[in-house]
Amino acid sequence: MEVAKVENVTRTFKIGEVETRALRGVDLTIENGEFTALVGPSGSGKTTLLQLLGCLDQPTSGKVFINGKDVTKLNRNQRADLRKSALGFVFQFFALIPTLTAYENVEMPLLLDHHTSTERRQRVNQLLESVGLADRAHHRPDQLSGGEQQRVAVARALASNPSLILADEPTANLDTENGKQVMEIMQKLNKETGVTYVFATHDPRVIKYAKRIVTLRDGLIVENNGSAPK
Amino acid sequence: MFQTFKMAYRNLNRNRRRSILSALAVSFGLALLLFIAGIFNGEMQGAMQTTIALQSGDLQVRAASYVQEKSSLKWEDLVANPDQVAAQIKSVPHVTIATPRLFASGIINTSNEAIGVQLYGIDPASPANAPIVQGMTTGSFIRPDDQNGIVIGQTLAQRLGVKVGDQIDLSANTANGDVNEQTFTVRGIFSTNTPAYDQSTIFMPLAKAQVFTATQNHASTIFIMLDNRDLSNSVAAALTSPGYQVLTWQKMNDLVLETEQLANGYMVLIYLIVLAITATVIVNTLIMAVYERTREIGILAAIGMKGWRIMSLFLAEASMLAIAGIAFGVVLGWLICAYFAKVGFYIGNIGTNYQFLLGDRIYAMLTLNDTISLTIIALVITLIASLYPAVLAARLEPVEALHAQ
Repeated sequence: MEVAKVENVTRTFKIGEVETRALRGVDLTIENGEFTALVGPSGSGKTTLLQLLGCLDQPTSGKVFINGKDVTKLNRNQRADLRKSALGFVFQFFALIPTLTAYENVEMPLLLDHHTSTERRQRVNQLLESVGLADRAHHRPDQLSGGEQQRVAVARALASNPSLILADEPTANLDTENGKQVMEIMQKLNKETGVTYVFATHDPRVIKYAKRIVTLRDGLIVENNGSAPK
Repeated sequence: MFQTFKMAYRNLNRNRRRSILSALAVSFGLALLLFIAGIFNGEMQGAMQTTIALQSGDLQVRAASYVQEKSSLKWEDLVANPDQVAAQIKSVPHVTIATPRLFASGIINTSNEAIGVQLYGIDPASPANAPIVQGMTTGSFIRPDDQNGIVIGQTLAQRLGVKVGDQIDLSANTANGDVNEQTFTVRGIFSTNTPAYDQSTIFMPLAKAQVFTATQNHASTIFIMLDNRDLSNSVAAALTSPGYQVLTWQKMNDLVLETEQLANGYMVLIYLIVLAITATVIVNTLIMAVYERTREIGILAAIGMKGWRIMSLFLAEASMLAIAGIAFGVVLGWLICAYFAKVGFYIGNIGTNYQFLLGDRIYAMLTLNDTISLTIIALVITLIASLYPAVLAARLEPVEALHAQ
């Protein structure tokens, strides 16, 4: 079953008088349970494609489907609802809310989705356990290492049981060991829970975890079904 | 809701000094408004109390044809047999004091100038004279049978350079249009702390004033005090009878009331200006917060927080700043007003006239009404102003917000 699909999508940014065509007509289908890497050099359109899949941005033309629904027809609030229930995000920077503890950061999507406090407690504890941070639950982001922060972000992305998690350069700011840990946790969760991952990267150490590799160059997909180098 | 306020509280705590300073801006703004309101109210109430006590009383009964501005002494413009009339009025319910008074314009002649004065013929025994009797600074008050004694205001005494026992040449118009002149002895000097009054008022016994002005058993007015000022209209109705006019304190002091109404309009303008300034501080603080936390707003939007919820986060911060600021501001405002209610605020002689008697000190008088309404206005204006930064935050595009530095 397909989780996400983009059809002939273009995205043009206009900065002043200069137009940049970040995507020039991209077709891509993501099936349920995939662990897919979007690769390509800087400026190839990886992040833009990820943002369109994540309903954070709207395409200039073309269509984006999430769980079969055309999201280009949704308004701002409907897109927020979709992000809340169907999508999870892990960003390059450790995108935690600095005033909230690890526990509260993971809890946030559940609060937005009106889960009861018992449900929230169970779910948050289980998620922090699964990323190995049960004992760091009540620390604030500034009391956690970069690797720990990114693992909290991974746990948060999973909180509302999304069908698709989008990760933009999730290891770019981590050292080798922490990067490895984060990738292994994401891989483990993909296997155990079947949640679909799409991540943008140009780090060969990350690419090797991918089951499928999609290569972009100059806003176009140049290779669609590559497999990871062994 | 609770979560929103918890986050708002933690966000305010992030930059504690800035938050405290912003809340203090609200505090000082509100305290200033309460002080202004207290002083204004004190001035108006003070002016009204003083004017009623010294000048108008709660009610006056006059001859139908009497015109106050002319201070006419013609018999037909005066109340005949005033003692009898006053005694009758005294028997009406709620009337505590009813005493005849005669007003005449006089001139004091000194070797080098002539000073216009208001001459009051009064019943020296009447409790209506209490503000004067209590205000005696030297000498003693006049007795009913005194044939050439007067008491004069302190400011007037200073201007004339006279003291108790000294003599004054006084001339006044009479009922038949002549001018009468006599030398009087100063028995006492009083101060009501009301410059406009103390510089031009002279009291003498009614009987003597009647002789001096040839008004024989007539008075300009019956000066009446009630046990409850709010009943003035109903008592006035009860006193109405042919040939007389009954004037209430509201009617006699319409200048004070009109001034109060006019000034109220200006006060609202001042309130709005002060509140606009304090609201600007809050708005500025929140706009800074929006720019500082743009990426966080992007994260919250990315995980599905809707615009209205982001807005409510900032409004929660604004309301916490406003409530903290207002709470402290009310306490501060009350303390300042309490101090000035006790000590007063010296204004000296600001040149008001007879119809608007203002003491030389204003005592702040802050009402619960003013406190509540200013508090609510301050809160509402702050919240309305903070809608702008809140909407600014809610309108951020998630993609752009996430890429902010």
